[in-house]
Amino acid sequence: MLDTVFLIVFAMIAISLLLNLWRLIVGPSVPDRILALDTMFINTIALIILYGMSMGTDLYFEAALLIAMLGFVSTVAVCKYLLRGDIIE
Amino acid sequence: MRLEARFRWLPTPFRSVLLFIVWLLLNNSVSPGHLFLAAFFAITIPWITFPFRDPQPLIVRPGLAFRHLLLVLYDIVTANLQVALLILGPTKKLRPGFIKVPLDLSHEMPITILASTVSLTPGTVSAEVYPIPESLEEDEEIQQRYLLIHVLDLADEQALINTIKQRYEAPLKEIFRC
Amino acid sequence: MSEWIVSILLLIGGCFILIGSIGLVKMPDFFMRLHGPTKATTLGMASLLIAAMVYFSYTHDGISVKEILISIFLLITAPISGYMLIKSAIHHKLRAKDGTKGLDNIEED
Repeated sequence: MLDTVFLIVFAMIAISLLLNLWRLIVGPSVPDRILALDTMFINTIALIILYGMSMGTDLYFEAALLIAMLGFVSTVAVCKYLLRGDIIE
Repeated sequence: MRLEARFRWLPTPFRSVLLFIVWLLLNNSVSPGHLFLAAFFAITIPWITFPFRDPQPLIVRPGLAFRHLLLVLYDIVTANLQVALLILGPTKKLRPGFIKVPLDLSHEMPITILASTVSLTPGTVSAEVYPIPESLEEDEEIQQRYLLIHVLDLADEQALINTIKQRYEAPLKEIFRC
Repeated sequence: MSEWIVSILLLIGGCFILIGSIGLVKMPDFFMRLHGPTKATTLGMASLLIAAMVYFSYTHDGISVKEILISIFLLITAPISGYMLIKSAIHHKLRAKDGTKGLDNIEED
């Protein structure tokens, strides 16, 4: 039963990634695109955790943690760039 | 508001506890070696990094802080269900709006915590603190501060302001005594 | 038994993540789009990570609690990135949807 559930949730996350991609392409403004990228980061973490579960290994946990940190830092850096035209003043 | 800790060698007790727990979680074990290493890091890292940063207000009432955390977690779950229903419902019926909430808190750190809780709870995202800190002059007196909030579905402005002030701001005032 | 718990938690998490992305696509202006990803996706991730916790606790011996670190991290950082995004949106003077109340509450910076 668990394998079927994995497949369903894989499909759900894949659809939401596609929706995010649509928002990333359509825009219309720069903050919209950053928001779409940030959501894509979080959905990728979900995908990695789910893949690790279906493979039966928790080795992917560290990768997910690293991606979470990278996503947060890059979102804040790009927003800071939009606000000031400079990342570190 | 208390800025100085009770013991010199433990300047930020809450952060030390957090470091201890995070180290144990990262290694996923409670063996004596890891317990010793976690205690070592929990004491030395705050002790080394404390002089770098501005003193932040300490939690004066930890029991109340824990109860407030549980309340906020419960609110996050119910709020998410509400927002999910709002998103799936018809978009045209939504009444978005910006509102300004006057703040009684004075220090930056409680204001940050309040803004984060507001962002995570019912249909609201905190947007800005007025007056914007960078626009203040050096010797200018800090007047009344406001928190600008975007609401997804605004029914009654005054009721929402009262909820935020009583449910989330009053406990924070008690926890930090400021 | 725990298989059922894992399945239900996974499905709830997947639903919330999907709802967050639907909100991102469906809403008419930026400020309303921000509500989906900051709230629904965060709760979806929390539920998915709790499912992972239960799953690894019963497949491997001993309990596994380190997945909760990612949920705590996301819960702390989601409001911060939301705040930065809305601040940059106000700075760029993005148009809010017609009929938004209280637009005069936004001050010039």
